[in-house]
Amino acid sequence: MKFFSLLKANLFRSRKRTFLTIASVALALFLFASLRTVVTTIAAAAQFGSARRLVVTNSTGFVLPLPVAYANRLEAMEGIGTVTWANWFGGKYGDNKRFFGQFAVDPESYLAMYPEMSVPADQKEAFFRDRSGALIGKRLLDVFGWKVGQSITLQGTIFPGDWTFTISGVYTPTDAVINDDMMLFHWEYLDEKIGRPGIAGWYIFEIDRPEDAARISKAVDDQFRSSPAPTKTGTEQAFNASFATMWGNISLLMNTIGMAVVFAILLVTANAMMMSARERTREIAVLKTIGFSDRRLFTLVMAEAGLVTMIGAVLGLGGAKLLYKGTNFNAAGFLPGFDVTTSTLLIGSGIALALMLASGIAPALRAARLPVVTALRSVE
Amino acid sequence: MALVEIRDVYKSFARDAEKVEVFTGLTMDIEKGSFTALMGPSGSGKSTLLNLVAGLDKPTSGKVSVNGQVVSAMSPAQLANWRAEHVGFVFQSFNLLPVLTAYQNVELPLLLTRLSKRERDERIKLALEVVGLSDRMGHYPRQLSGGQEQRVSIARAIVADPTLVLLDEPTGQLDAKSSQEVLTLLGRLNDEFGKTILIVTHDPQAAARAKKTLHLEKGEFVEQAGAAR
Repeated sequence: MKFFSLLKANLFRSRKRTFLTIASVALALFLFASLRTVVTTIAAAAQFGSARRLVVTNSTGFVLPLPVAYANRLEAMEGIGTVTWANWFGGKYGDNKRFFGQFAVDPESYLAMYPEMSVPADQKEAFFRDRSGALIGKRLLDVFGWKVGQSITLQGTIFPGDWTFTISGVYTPTDAVINDDMMLFHWEYLDEKIGRPGIAGWYIFEIDRPEDAARISKAVDDQFRSSPAPTKTGTEQAFNASFATMWGNISLLMNTIGMAVVFAILLVTANAMMMSARERTREIAVLKTIGFSDRRLFTLVMAEAGLVTMIGAVLGLGGAKLLYKGTNFNAAGFLPGFDVTTSTLLIGSGIALALMLASGIAPALRAARLPVVTALRSVE
Repeated sequence: MALVEIRDVYKSFARDAEKVEVFTGLTMDIEKGSFTALMGPSGSGKSTLLNLVAGLDKPTSGKVSVNGQVVSAMSPAQLANWRAEHVGFVFQSFNLLPVLTAYQNVELPLLLTRLSKRERDERIKLALEVVGLSDRMGHYPRQLSGGQEQRVSIARAIVADPTLVLLDEPTGQLDAKSSQEVLTLLGRLNDEFGKTILIVTHDPQAAARAKKTLHLEKGEFVEQAGAAR
């Protein structure tokens, strides 16, 4: 600790440079943590799903609908429990600057299927009772400043016209990967307003034993193979993963470009730190004359690099963690809530350590090996 | 036994392809409590001799001993420890660390000791008092005059109570008044505190303050004169 004053004095030698160096490290690690969090969030979303929930879509593509009459036939099949369905609505609210997903669902069966969506009992009842009722994610409610009981009007895009809903209740996810940025409303309301075509976007059903998933999926698809709307059935996890694969190339791109940017910033930072040490050749020679050993000077220069990277790492990684946690950031509803994972923090700390070594070792070795007489002669 | 014993020292440098012989069998003694001035033209080997005694450089052959310890045989790590304990060095251009206050600059050698913060504080204040700068402790080098900077540098050299105080042209960058102050201070250190002082100088006035003057030319002593003081 007695050398801390020397360390501090050296760091404050050029406040602007030290600030910029720390800011560079912090920015690089913040970028790293953010980009990696996108990747880990996509991966987590892909892995979400109960092994007991299967999803049925149109075999031609999930944007094409299925007859709602399939629900009864699915329920009648052996090994299948609760069945529910949903439709993508795709409406706009206000100036549409803030996107959020809206789904027409069968309320009772849908909420029974997703116990991860917690709704107060009275609000749940209110939602079930009101055909124009809507259940809103907690975050969405906060974003728009809506209140329970308030009426909101959406402009339909797939289903044109003004659509007015009454907010019956609020759901709160108990699993972080469940999006808290959605709106659920009655499928009946949609079906009625568009002339009762009886279509469902996709079905979700529960099975008793996960090991039966492949067999039951095949049985479902076989049953509808010759119908006008053949099906494709798979686990909820596989369904979510299929969305994630759409992000796959973006993840790769983010990883590649992101790491290149981070590496470039780190090189600049390392260079600044090496320059800072190089400027002190005379002082290092003086310290050696006083009796500072090679090892002590090596340690001092490394400690300086360590302090700069440590402060930068705490600001960058800690900042990312607090920012995403505090704001519950979710990329405008496209991804579940961001959370900087422990593995990201550990890798980020590893990068900081590597930076400390990369930027510190060269000047530290130079300081340790500096021939004092030559150094003094060159400056005397 | 002399405090510093230099025995049959050879020292050569490689300058480009040429080998420059600085000392060829130099032998000399410096007594404990002495105040010795080393004079001579540029390139005569004065600073090289000072560096050898300070353990900053090693002879090509021969032996340099201080207080019975063979400095020329020590490893770099041993030399660093030895310098911290036994040598106080004063440079021509002061070489104070600009980011540290006078107090912090003087504290540097004490950081290498086991002294407590309180003990260090006492020593620093005493050293700064001896050089007459008690009221400038919190000043940075840029806030001090050249003479004051050199006095801080001397405080730094004596604060750890070294065996030897070595000075390389300490008045070379000072005006006449500041030079006199520094030389008076060196005289006090020698007379009142019994410090052994070896000073390299071009300045006859500085040499006149010493009790013994040695003249080096081409790596050899050409004349030795005892001062009249």
